[in-house]
This record gives sequence, structure tokens and C-alpha cells, in this order.
Amino acid sequence: MKVLITGITGALGKMVAELLTARGHSVLGLDRRPWPDAPAGITMFQADIRKRPAEEVFRVHRPDVLIHMATVTHFSAPHEERYQTNLGGTRRLFDYCEAYGVKQAVFVGRHTVYGAAADSTLYHTESDPPLGGSTFPDLADLVAADLFAASALWRMPKMKTAVLRMVYTLGPSRRGTLAGFLGGKRVPAVLGFDPLFQFIHEHDAAEAVVLAVTKKLRGVFNVAGPHPVPLSVLCRAVGKPHIPIPESMFGHLTGRFGFSNLPAAAVNHVKYPIVVSAEPFVAATGFAPRWDEAATMESFRWA
Amino acid sequence: MAFDKEVEERLESIGLPFNRYGLDPYGISREHLAWFYSTIKPLYRHYFKVQVEGMENVPKAGRALLIGNHSGGIPLDAAMVVASLFFDHDPPRHAHGMVEYFAQKWPFISPLFSRLGHVTGLPEHADRFLRDERIVLAFPEGARGTGKLFRDRYRLVRFGTGFARLAMRTKSPVIPFAFVGGEEAVPTVMHAKRLAKLLGAPYLPITPYLLPIPLPVPCKVVFGQPIYLEGDGSEPDDVIALQVAAVREQIEELMRVGLTGRDMPFPFSNEMPNHLR
Repeated sequence: MKVLITGITGALGKMVAELLTARGHSVLGLDRRPWPDAPAGITMFQADIRKRPAEEVFRVHRPDVLIHMATVTHFSAPHEERYQTNLGGTRRLFDYCEAYGVKQAVFVGRHTVYGAAADSTLYHTESDPPLGGSTFPDLADLVAADLFAASALWRMPKMKTAVLRMVYTLGPSRRGTLAGFLGGKRVPAVLGFDPLFQFIHEHDAAEAVVLAVTKKLRGVFNVAGPHPVPLSVLCRAVGKPHIPIPESMFGHLTGRFGFSNLPAAAVNHVKYPIVVSAEPFVAATGFAPRWDEAATMESFRWA
Repeated sequence: MAFDKEVEERLESIGLPFNRYGLDPYGISREHLAWFYSTIKPLYRHYFKVQVEGMENVPKAGRALLIGNHSGGIPLDAAMVVASLFFDHDPPRHAHGMVEYFAQKWPFISPLFSRLGHVTGLPEHADRFLRDERIVLAFPEGARGTGKLFRDRYRLVRFGTGFARLAMRTKSPVIPFAFVGGEEAVPTVMHAKRLAKLLGAPYLPITPYLLPIPLPVPCKVVFGQPIYLEGDGSEPDDVIALQVAAVREQIEELMRVGLTGRDMPFPFSNEMPNHLR
């Protein structure tokens, strides 16, 4: 199969690309950033998914499968850019899929779309409403992108579309949202709260994306690894001081004094858990994570 | 930290799948359980001298939905029923309490409840625990029940109906129970409405001695025979209401059993409340 991966230079993108080439698929990569030492079997196109050269890749190379991972998730990016890439970019890619006969699309989203709140359920199922934007407005574009991608399920019935809501990835690359949060000298916690954090080893995450492709998955699926652990346990296991801060001071201290940076509105994510159930994904693909919680945290710690 | 030896022993056979961090998939922590049960043991055994009747009605394994009367301003009854399943049931079983939403917003309380396996009272949670063959503890009177005043003691208020549909959908036996003594332990004479609002609680009980500190009165838990509700939970409200009423009546009956032959300290009376006669 010819697989096009957008956002291929991200940590997860590279791993997925390498897994696919190792299994004999040809991989096209599309990213704003270069990947100079891309392994053989991967053809790179350095372009923005919002710009014309992106369409040319579809037009000329006719991929069978799209794996869309080119979303801007760091909150340092300007608001407008996030919307243009995450929503505008996603829209264009799905339009190209339809125009150039792509048979299958996989959108790699995140489990934070469900949002963290006092009354949210443990082990969200895919039918739970994605309330991420209500507690953390900066997430609204990612929630919209997730739902928009899923709309391809009825708008483009001939194409097999899978939306993956992946828990935080963690591993030796030390990249990703959770790695950034744990990456500071001190990890800011909210005094009196200790939510469960759910994560997956990045190699398992890459394997899950590949499974979504090879099993020709259709639908919306949560993807999870081992059981969640409380933030305090997570910090202890990765060897980072876990410093409880009174909530009123939380926004003033993050990003300073060695505390990792976090937008003030993200405070709910440090107070309440977001835990998903991945049973339908496991049933559809037979996915079994190979890294348990201890091994995952250790691999991050000692990388 | 050293915990009570009996607690440590009973935790060995509690049947929760702890990982190497002593955590189960719901974030229940073995260490927190040890601390909680060690702390509550003297209260359960000596302060409230909790007596248990009908424990044989609680299944040794598998799902069950414990449904009872709520009382006493603070959820003392829940803590004592949870303790009874741990100390007086063989093998010990851990009951998952369904917690009022407001408590999950309180610092320290919210993570403590989660580490002890008491989660927000959402149908999704109860459903999941039951399908996982665990015991769920719920009070269909909700905050209306704990908020009742001393003069209304042992008078059941309106029952929510969610539990009945849940039991039918998950094919779980309902184990009715009565908790007796809670009404006297925290005799609520009025509610501090403003202060409660400030704390985000639905009410704040005021006792004759002002603070809602429980008095050392003997308490009793009476479990009734399992009730298997018929149906699959898709029945219309009026059908469900009948089933709920049957469970409610059963609990009232168990309250009568529990209130018979009590030996209450001064100034409480041993008389059966009029409405139960």
C-alpha cells in the first residue's frame, strides 16, 4: 500500500513511517519540517498541508491511505494558526482524499477531547460527548478537528475513515504533551488533587496507528495502553519532584521557577482525570500493548 | 507506615487486581485502603459498635447493588456499610460508593474518594463496576436523605429510580439494607444554608451542639434478601416505579427489624417511630 503520512517528522510520525516501511508499504511523508535522514523507502515532501504543493502530492502520487497527524497541539502557537492548520488543514486533506480516490484515512487525535471535569466519567466510551472545549477553550480547535474528521464517515462513505482518540504518549523520544509537562525541573500539581493519568508507550502508539491502517478500521476509537496511574505516582516513577500548588497560584507559577509550562486554562487537566476505555479498538484490531505502566514510565525516565 | 494487622490480612483476600504500584484499574490504592480501614476500625467496632444482621445475603463473589436508607447529615452510614463488608463479610469485599457530584470538587476529598474507589454517582460508573463483578453501594434518596432533619428520622424520602434500571440492565441482584442509628448519631435540627452555599454543598447540618460531629450511639446494618428485578431496564417509568416501591418497602421493613429491641443511650428513645408502627 502507498501510505501518505502528514506530520511525519513528529516523534510518533517517524515511528509509524518506519513500522510501515519495515512491513513493505511505501510511505510518502508530508511535513513543514524537513526529515533529512529519512530512511530508504520514505519519500519526503516538505510542504504545508494548507498550501498548494500538498494537493500536488495527492494528484501526482495517488496514495491509497492517509494518516493525518499534522495538527498543532502546542499552545505557544498563535490561535489563528492553530485553527488554520487543525481545522483548515484537516478539511483540505479530506477534500483531497475524496478528489483523488484515497481509500482509507486515519486521523490521529487525542483523548483530551473528552475534557477533564469533576463530573466526567472514568473510562469514557466513544459515545461520550467531547466536552474538552468547555473546560479548556484552547482545545476547541482540536475537538472540532476530531469531529470534522469523523464527519467523513457519512460524508465520504466510500472511504474507510478511522478517528483515533489516543491517550498521552510517553517514551524515550521525550516528546509529546505529557513529556512536555513532565519535562520541567518540577512538575506543578494542584494542592488537594491527584488525578489519574493515562498514557501509552510511543512504540505501542505507533503500532496502534499501523493496526488501524492494516485492519482497515472504520469509526471512532479510543486508543489506550496500560492502566492509568495518579499524577503523584507518575512523577515518582519518572523521578520528578511533584509540587502541589494552591489552585489560586497555579497560573502564576507554571512556566516559572523550574515549573513546567502549562496554559492556565489547562488546570482542570491537573485536577481531574481523563481516562478512556479502548475496548472497541482492542476488539476490532486485537491490539495488545507490549509496555506496561512501569516499563513505559521507566523508558521515559532513563532515555 | 504500619497499619492494623487485621486490615493488612483482610486486604490480602479483597480480590482487587492491584498492580506493582498497589493500584487497581480505577486508581484504587492498596495503601489508601489500608489507611482508611485501619482508621475506621475503632469507629466501626467501638465507637458505633456496629451490629450486622443478614450478611449472608451479600454474595461472596460477583456483582451486587446495595441499596439502603440514607441518614445522618454526613455519610457516616456509607462508611459503616463499607466497613461492614470489609470486616464482617468473608471473604472481605470492597464496596464502591456512589458519591455526590459536589464532593468531587473539594480538594483533598476528591482524590481521597478516588483512591478508595468511591466515584461520582454517574450511571456509567455504576454500570462499569457491576459489569466488572463488583459491589456498588447507593442511596437512592441521595442528598435528600442525608439532609433530613431529626424530626423526620427513619422516614424515607423520594427514591431515585436510576438504580432499578441499572440493576435490570446489568442483571445485578439488589441487596436492600437498613442502616439504623445514623439519625441519632448526627441529630440535625437545622441547616446552615449560606455556609453550605459557600462550600458548594447542598446543605450543612447543625446539631443541638452545633457541629455535625457524630455521637457515640450504637448502630446496626440489616441486609435483606437479594431482589432480582424483572425486566431489562427499558420499561416505562410507571413499571419501574412499582419495582422501586417494592425495594423501598423492603428497606422500610428492614428498618423496622433494626429498630426493634434497640438499647439507645439517653436522651434517645427506643420506641419505634410512629410512621413505622
